[in-house]
Amino acid sequence: MKSFIIFLFLVFPVEAFRPTLLLGNLIERTCKQTPFYDLCIWSLKSNPESCNADVKKLAQIMVDSLKTKATDTLDLIDELLEDGLALDPAMRRALTSCAERYNVIIRADVPEITEALKTGNYKFAEKGTNDAAIEANSCEMEFPGKSPLTDMNKVVHDVSVVAASIVKIILNS
Amino acid sequence: MVDTNPFLQASVSDGSDPIGPQVTRRKPIKEQLSIFFGLLAVGLCVAFLIGNNISDNAHEHENECGSLASLNSMKPELLRPVSRGPAAGVSEKSNRFFAKVDGTFPAYPWNNSMLSWQRTAFHFQPEKNWMNDPNGPLFYKGWYHFFYQYNPNAAVWGDIVWGHAVSKDLIHWLHLPLAMVADQWYDKNGVWTGSATILHDGKIIMLYTGSTAEAVQVQNLAYPADHSDPLLIHWVKYPGNPVLVPPPGIDNKDFRDPTTAWLTSEGKWRVTIGSKINKTGIALIYDTKDFINYEMLDGLLHAVPGTGMWECVDFFPVSETEENGLDTSINGPGVKHVVKVSLDDERHDYYAIGTYLEKNGTWIPDQPEIDVGIGIRYDYGIFYAAKTFYDQNKKRRVLWGWIGESDSEAADTQKGWASLQSIPRTILFDQKTGTNLLQWPVEEIESLRLKRNEFNQVKVQAGSVVPLNVASATQLDIIAEFEIDKEALERATGSNVTFSCRTSGGAAERGALGPFGLLVLADERLCERTPVYFYIAKGSHGNLNTFFCNDQSRSSAASDVDKQIYGNFVPVLKDETLSLRILVDHSIIESFAQGGRTVITSRVYPTRAIYGAAKVFLFNNATEASVTASLKIWEMNSAFIRSYPRHQKF
Repeated sequence: MKSFIIFLFLVFPVEAFRPTLLLGNLIERTCKQTPFYDLCIWSLKSNPESCNADVKKLAQIMVDSLKTKATDTLDLIDELLEDGLALDPAMRRALTSCAERYNVIIRADVPEITEALKTGNYKFAEKGTNDAAIEANSCEMEFPGKSPLTDMNKVVHDVSVVAASIVKIILNS
Repeated sequence: MVDTNPFLQASVSDGSDPIGPQVTRRKPIKEQLSIFFGLLAVGLCVAFLIGNNISDNAHEHENECGSLASLNSMKPELLRPVSRGPAAGVSEKSNRFFAKVDGTFPAYPWNNSMLSWQRTAFHFQPEKNWMNDPNGPLFYKGWYHFFYQYNPNAAVWGDIVWGHAVSKDLIHWLHLPLAMVADQWYDKNGVWTGSATILHDGKIIMLYTGSTAEAVQVQNLAYPADHSDPLLIHWVKYPGNPVLVPPPGIDNKDFRDPTTAWLTSEGKWRVTIGSKINKTGIALIYDTKDFINYEMLDGLLHAVPGTGMWECVDFFPVSETEENGLDTSINGPGVKHVVKVSLDDERHDYYAIGTYLEKNGTWIPDQPEIDVGIGIRYDYGIFYAAKTFYDQNKKRRVLWGWIGESDSEAADTQKGWASLQSIPRTILFDQKTGTNLLQWPVEEIESLRLKRNEFNQVKVQAGSVVPLNVASATQLDIIAEFEIDKEALERATGSNVTFSCRTSGGAAERGALGPFGLLVLADERLCERTPVYFYIAKGSHGNLNTFFCNDQSRSSAASDVDKQIYGNFVPVLKDETLSLRILVDHSIIESFAQGGRTVITSRVYPTRAIYGAAKVFLFNNATEASVTASLKIWEMNSAFIRSYPRHQKF
């Protein structure tokens, strides 16, 4: 590894001062432009399709991750709601409202983003990813006290934000 | 200190209101009830006080309503559950178009009453679901036709097909069956935007973009199945589609929205299609004799570096001397040509006026510093994918524009629909300035005018609000003129500070000579209000610049709606009075300054200034100048937009 870097320093002296080019493959370069680098790296690298993927494919992989996380969250919400009478009314209200928001993410936002990425009408992908982030945040805000969904809302929010950032890269390229 | 009698209105601050008091006399029984509820309120507030600082907020809230002087909204600071970090940059930037609040405030608990109020009475919208770009507008055999991008399945974009409606007068629309659906390989992934061309023999052809099964953007030809059907219900797609595919060097996803064609001096048809090369927006240009075979010209109609993808390009002539529109093929002396583009990167529509050089199919802007994409916008609010057509019936050029929502997608899903079209506007070259186009609602809208309320020479002192006695204020056509106190104009000291509606403090930010205008969709206590106003800024050399703004910052108690301030500079010539026109139609406000030189469209979603509680006021929040306003306010009827009557066979 060391000799490799020395080799690069010799061959591309200018590039030595630009670590992104030295270290970056597309995934790393892309994730550096998102606010949640680690989450971005992990989400993309854990999907085998990210190998040799272009930016558009990376965006789609993030959206697939968004769908999975949102579905998991909705499943948890449904489970919590099954407690029925054991739930206090404020909690039940918040959970029901969250269920609606997650339905919007899964049934409206994700299809919108997917179709927009596929057909190249990227502004609608941007719209959908931004909205998914807002819905996850709005769900979290529904809980007057402690939220049972904080971690999952955060993940969905952050994954949406990363997806939105990647779409922005596509739009600006 | 909590107000123990919540039934007394908060007084309007800063100046008396000469038109009449707002508090009505109360009967004794109501006084008893007031005391009871007052005590109850005290009890509840004491409970809240424990472990909460909400008493301070309630006090501020009381001050906030009815006071124009309060600056930024003083919402209680809520705990942020997630660290958003640099994410703010991401959502703020795209807030500009889809205009979302950043999501750190709670979603508003919209109820059905509030949501159903949002539907408009006289703006075009389908019965439900999502709409975007206007498509193929035309006049044929006595009917105006309107087509549009439509999602039959959801209140978000997707599964796009062509909706269709007809009208005799551009106002009263009747919905017809879908004109085209995604039933061919060459439009399987979307029947996208297109334009109509009327041929020499009066027949119609439509060119539209299809997103193929492989998601390649191609151009397709379609035409009415039966030209003798005035309703043009059925459409046929040319079997040999697509007629155009992305040329070499153009990305498969950067080739869409063909325009109406115009004739060349050789008798061929010429059409332009927007695209981009790297970050330069371009308009490709093609000639054709039959709309089936095309030759791409070597050059481009035009290109502007740094503007990104050009969507929905429009190209049309305007007369420099006549007050009528021109057929798209007209050229010659006294004619200028307009290039208009929709910028994908920022979702705004821009136009520029220039000269068309027919020989090589290029166009040069009159003023390159305000070239298309970097100069004047059609509309400084929400207005995109606009398209004009030549209305041969009334010899005018008419503009349509897509008005999206600026609330949350969850609210759109809950209410079951999203998006409107603007009221169609006539387009004319502004002979007085020579630099702008004038947009004005088509005159047929006046047929909706019901009761007229006139207010003449109303003096509005600096720092005052004048309620206007208009019975119903959710559907209005307002025409107003303002004269500003000349002495104050001369007396005011100039400064170097540049003004911008967007970065200003809105209607609450007081200058010597503004802001002044109207408060629409305002409740009685001004807790919610949308100011539409002028702001005059005096430069250090004594020159006056007038700005026209829409301030949404206090338009709604809900926090999950857009709260930006829209607007721009408006040219005002010497000796012109300041004039504006406002169409209020539930959740849309279209406002026009100086006869349509500067236009702003806003979407507002009040929670309490709805139905009978919506009012309209004059206001003047300047510190020095008084203004005198004369207004006509018409209450507007509904256009009763509905399905074409079923009993009549197609």
